[in-house]
Amino acid sequence: MKVLVAVKRVIDYNVKIRVKADQSDVDLTNVKMAMNPFCEIAVEEAVRLKEKGVATEVIAVSIGPKASQEQLRTALALGADRAIQVLTDDPVDSLAVAKLLAKVVEEEQPGLVILGKQSIDADNNQTGQMLAALTGMGQGTFASEVVVDGESVNVTREIDGGLQTVKLSLPAVVTTDLRLNEPRYAKLPDIMKAKKKPLDVKTPEELGVSTASKVTLVKVAPPAERQGGIKVGSVDELVDKLKNEAKVIS
Amino acid sequence: MSILVIADHHDGQLTGTTANVVAAATAIGGDIDVLVAGEGVAGVAEQAATLAGVTRVRVADNAVYAHQLAENISALVVALVGDYSHVLSGASTTAKNFMPRVAALKDVAQISEIIAVESADTFRRPIYAGNAIATVKSDDVLKVITVRATGFDPVARDGQAAIEAVDVVENAGVSSFVNETLAESERPELGAAKVVISGGRGMGNGENFALLDGIADKLGAAIGASRAAVDAGFVPNDMQVGQTGKIVAPDLYIAVGISGAIQHLAGMKDSKVIVAINKDEDAPIFQVADYGLVGDLFEVLPQLEAKL
Ligand SMILES: Cc1cc2nc3c(=O)[nH]c(=O)nc-3n(C[C@H](O)[C@H](O)[C@H](O)COP(=O)(O)OP(=O)(O)OC[C@H]3O[C@@H](n4cnc5c(N)ncnc54)[C@H](O)[C@@H]3O)c2cc1C
Ligand SMILES: Nc1ncnc2c1ncn2[C@@H]1O[C@H](COP(=O)(O)O)[C@@H](O)[C@H]1O
Repeated sequence: MKVLVAVKRVIDYNVKIRVKADQSDVDLTNVKMAMNPFCEIAVEEAVRLKEKGVATEVIAVSIGPKASQEQLRTALALGADRAIQVLTDDPVDSLAVAKLLAKVVEEEQPGLVILGKQSIDADNNQTGQMLAALTGMGQGTFASEVVVDGESVNVTREIDGGLQTVKLSLPAVVTTDLRLNEPRYAKLPDIMKAKKKPLDVKTPEELGVSTASKVTLVKVAPPAERQGGIKVGSVDELVDKLKNEAKVIS
Repeated sequence: MSILVIADHHDGQLTGTTANVVAAATAIGGDIDVLVAGEGVAGVAEQAATLAGVTRVRVADNAVYAHQLAENISALVVALVGDYSHVLSGASTTAKNFMPRVAALKDVAQISEIIAVESADTFRRPIYAGNAIATVKSDDVLKVITVRATGFDPVARDGQAAIEAVDVVENAGVSSFVNETLAESERPELGAAKVVISGGRGMGNGENFALLDGIADKLGAAIGASRAAVDAGFVPNDMQVGQTGKIVAPDLYIAVGISGAIQHLAGMKDSKVIVAINKDEDAPIFQVADYGLVGDLFEVLPQLEAKL
């Protein structure tokens, strides 16, 4: 069974972003970029499935500008066998990404597609579910455990009240939550080897998908700043402030 | 314009957030219907009918909707969506599961976790873990939207909507429910609590979370946690507050032994009053705290419990 993993190039999660002065967008010039953390978990899960003999081949896919090849090379260094880039400089929304991924799914016929649950830039949490809808597959979102068993997969999902396990027939879509696994680091020899692994480049036009979106970004503003508070010297002072100044306890 | 709000419910009870979602629908304007899908949900429908501003509650009561499987619920919503201009739901894990599926099946975008309505087609939503607020305009014929409950005050419960059964049965047949383990707690729900006290890695281990219990009892608080505390196995995942956990905005949030990473702040910085207890006076959490107490939590917590 082939496993397809979708990886997105995003701002490094440690970077605190700034909004552009003209409020047209966030400012990403000279900002450190990385693989979306949830995608790292997706790659790790796919590679573990291969190590267990469940997956025969792991294919990483990314949609984005030329530079997102860096993240595909990272995926290859972490153990993916080959990569596909859908090259576009246009901003692509989740629906367009899902449509492009659906085309790749059609070509590659994977048994399982693993995505992150959420990209940390757009905070959309949509793409996996949309891909599942477009391909008619079942979906196991926010996964903290994935067990492939013959023709089906059991996915344990992190839900508001606890955990839920669903059984999906294959092929299926899984999106990763943080506790699914702890991603490994790429070792130097693997990074060298990754440079020689195949990386195919396609375009949305070749795949016959339009990336036009009906949603426009009107404005991006910084959030309301909190007024700096004070330090209190003791528990007594804290309780007094909460009672008499903030009036949030009685 | 007409809006379909999909009710969030659990254990035969309508969850509080549906009242916030109806408030968002009211801000958009137009007729508001509520869809209750599940098995044995007559009681939920009755509760939904009391939400102010709702015209009609549509009830799809069938075993195929029992566990809110996304494949079946999304198919149901698509079957009912007809002429509605907007479909709204809260941002629970249930809705986050099926709503994007609805959007894709209708070939429209989804707008995730709006915190404000500017007009019927323009909304505000946080991006980059809440470090920026985007205003987005949608020209889609159908707007599929999830609503962050903390952005809207709930509507009153003095309405009297009509209740109607819907006999659409959609079973996609690609997924089935296996089991569920739900945390049992006497405490208020994290999302709905007026006071939340959360512990981080500084708590040291799971047993020490008991130090928060007495305080939570006295304040009627829900107990939350940072991801580090969840990852370390101190407490279960459903307690995680943050960008990728629960978003809370209580009147009082007390962060104990939590450093204040941006991903944690994303989940609590809209709280009315924030208290931080941390032994490191330079911890970033103090930058958002109204009241900071520098000290060892193992000394501070018992004192605090005694003083309340
Ligand atoms: C993609 C992604 C998503 C994430 N999502 C979330 C999320 O939703 N929620 C979240 O919380 N995190 C999230 N994180 C993790 C986040 O980056 C931080 O790692 C995490 O919040 C740190 O938790 P902490 O503050 O408990 O631990 P630490 O950063 O280790 O801080 C512990 C604090 O405890 C204090 N302390 C220690 N001992 C004592 C004592 N005896 N008395 C008083 N104070 C003490 C220390 O001074 C320190 O400030 C995410 C990370 C990634 C990459
Ligand atoms: N441009 C992209 N290229 C590849 N995968 C993507 C892209 N955008 C989103 N994804 C995948 O979809 C997941 C969820 O993203 P989102 O729905 O945008 O929050 C990510 O973790 C990726 O696995």
